[in-house]
Amino acid sequence: MLRAQIRKERHSTGASSFTLDVSVEVSPGITILFGASGAGKSTLLDCLAGLTRPDEGRIAAGNNVLFDSAAGVHVPAPKRRIAYVFQTLALFPHLSAEENVAYGLRDLPEAERRGQVETILQAFRVEKLRRQKPGEISGGERQRIALARSLVTEPRVLLLDEPLTGLDAELKAAIVDDMSAWNAAREIPILYVTHSRDEVDALGERVIALDNGRVVSSGVPMEVLNAPRRKKLAQAAGFENLLSATVLDLREADGVMRVRLGESAACEIEVPLGYAVAGSRVQVAVRAGDILLATERPRGLSARNVIDGRIVSLEQRGTMVIARVDCGVTFVAHITPGAVRVLELTAGRPVWLVLKTHSCHLVD
Amino acid sequence: MEALWLSMKLAASVAGILLVIGMPVAYWLAFSSWRGKFLLESLVALPLVLPPTVLGFYALVAMGPRGPLGKLWIALFGHGLAFTFSGLILASVLYSFPFAVQPLIASFEGVDRRLLDASAVLGAGSLRTFWRVILPLSLPGVVTAAVLSFAHTLGEFGVVLMVGGNLAGVTRTVSIGIYDHVQSLEYDEANRMALVLLVISFAVLSFVYAVNRRVWTPWPAK
Repeated sequence: MLRAQIRKERHSTGASSFTLDVSVEVSPGITILFGASGAGKSTLLDCLAGLTRPDEGRIAAGNNVLFDSAAGVHVPAPKRRIAYVFQTLALFPHLSAEENVAYGLRDLPEAERRGQVETILQAFRVEKLRRQKPGEISGGERQRIALARSLVTEPRVLLLDEPLTGLDAELKAAIVDDMSAWNAAREIPILYVTHSRDEVDALGERVIALDNGRVVSSGVPMEVLNAPRRKKLAQAAGFENLLSATVLDLREADGVMRVRLGESAACEIEVPLGYAVAGSRVQVAVRAGDILLATERPRGLSARNVIDGRIVSLEQRGTMVIARVDCGVTFVAHITPGAVRVLELTAGRPVWLVLKTHSCHLVD
Repeated sequence: MEALWLSMKLAASVAGILLVIGMPVAYWLAFSSWRGKFLLESLVALPLVLPPTVLGFYALVAMGPRGPLGKLWIALFGHGLAFTFSGLILASVLYSFPFAVQPLIASFEGVDRRLLDASAVLGAGSLRTFWRVILPLSLPGVVTAAVLSFAHTLGEFGVVLMVGGNLAGVTRTVSIGIYDHVQSLEYDEANRMALVLLVISFAVLSFVYAVNRRVWTPWPAK
């Protein structure tokens, strides 16, 4: 278990400064650190690894105190045994794959070192590349070598900063499987940074969501990312519709409240009850994939929000069509090309949008 | 040709000494976050702007029998430092210092910081990181530093004249020799020596530029 409670002020150029102020617990297995860029993810990882010294706080891996500002403890990075795979991987360009992997094993006798390097190269399926330099190796394999180089040192914590960026989903899954297999016997805490929603869904056992240097929520992915409470996080988590709204009235008995989107009186919807009073401004987040489109006014639905509008544009992206619908405010809905064909949707056509109350999330 | 041999010997010694003492200085200048760093940077760059005679003059005063260095040298070795080959080396080291240190700083600073971070999290201290990562990746800079300080020493005149004088076989280098020949109106002699120096200097500079343009490198570029 890795426990950290740290504060670190970063003065960037100009007057603006950024403060990381977090308390996190990373238990064995994969924990996702999620947030938009600039949220402080890399700063947090640098502090944990000992590359950056926090202004104050405490970091401990199990019973080992790595940093404690009150006690004046600051274990330097080389002595922390915290492995860190950087976004750029940072493989040594002048060393072969094998030499890169052996880099952290200098205290071992030659024979044993060779054995361990061989084992991990095989575990990550890159043993054929042992004599190649990083410049001669393809993307996915470089990522495997970077992982192998970090894990061969038997670290007590593993930090991964978007290590699989740029790989296709299949390759990503294969590498994650190899990594999980390696960790099955060891059970070390792995903190995995990403701003990709897909990776969260694929790997996440637990998620810590960071925004503007603060932990805004943590828990299982479903809870954290399906009900984001911060605007930036909502954007990062893939909520295409972020609309400002005015609260009209609260209906505590039903657990809902009515809000008006934008300025148009026609566009009123029902959303889950939140901490708000009538007349206050709120932000409503809705996923484009959670919106239904109908060419006639639908009846007999449990969904409480049916809004009429007009299609502004249809744009095909791969197997998905992005529909923009003007209802006084513009909604983005994702539909299939088949639906476009069957419903004969074209720009300018009047449609009805259907939104479930619980697909509408309030964010700060 | 005695003068040419002497110049080569001087230039090689100076280049060797400068690599050894230039590396820690360059390392410190590249990675220290001390706020007063600019003072040392200015000091290192000083020989670039000072007339060689100024440097040579102070070096001569310091090395003279009443100067601090001269006194120390006499106490240690029983003879003075001015007008000797050792004195010449010392003055040339000072004079060529920026030519060794600047390329080293530039190449150390050019190493991706994340590689240094990677080395640290893999358990390497700063000394090991220097030997295994910074130095191998700075090889073109090291070659440049060695070659430039060699070439610069080969061509120096003012400092040598001030500190070394003109003693055949001891301190008369090629550049002094050329001056000598011209003074005695021996233009053929002067031309031969000058041509040798010209060719060597051109060859050396071509080598440096080839290394820095990566016409050849010891490892494939990423």
